[in-house]
Amino acid sequence: MDDSTRSRIEALISSSPIFVFMKGSKLMPQCGFSNNVVQILHSLGVSFETFDVLSDMEIRQGIKDFSSWPTIPQVYVNGEFIGGSDILIEMYNAGELKEKLEIALAS
Amino acid sequence: MVQPDAVEAAIQRSIPDAKVTVEDITGGGDHLQVSVVSVAFQGLSRIRQHQLVYGALQQELASEAIHALALSTATPADSPSP
Repeated sequence: MDDSTRSRIEALISSSPIFVFMKGSKLMPQCGFSNNVVQILHSLGVSFETFDVLSDMEIRQGIKDFSSWPTIPQVYVNGEFIGGSDILIEMYNAGELKEKLEIALAS
Repeated sequence: MVQPDAVEAAIQRSIPDAKVTVEDITGGGDHLQVSVVSVAFQGLSRIRQHQLVYGALQQELASEAIHALALSTATPADSPSP
């Protein structure tokens, strides 16, 4: 990944306390896993920003290297990678996610 | 697409004690639900646990032989006995 892709990723991640790299948009997710993440975040009523990796091949590949994570979606909370759709679902079911996001949004 | 047996074998090459369950969600062999139980996950965060499995399947994921992978990981201690 080149420096400009890295800086763009860093700028995206720091642009919002909750940031999601996904396929498609919040309104039109293009993949079931991305849709899961959007639905979970909506159900918790938190605000978040997204980036559609299908619109940008450099970010699409770059974010996988950046996070050492081979799949999309990827969720960042206050600059920290917290996982993809499976981990988000687990955290949601365990009741951990709401608390983590509330703390992140309050800080 | 990949055969479920090949997925299990690839994971066990990296994580020899892994108990692997592979479910083919769509029947097309490229949308898989995989669960892995191993003592290697002990003390690791969920992210590190998943990264171990992703690492084992690097080739299959990069080539998109596996297009979608739903993953769950556990240690024998938190996995219910059969």
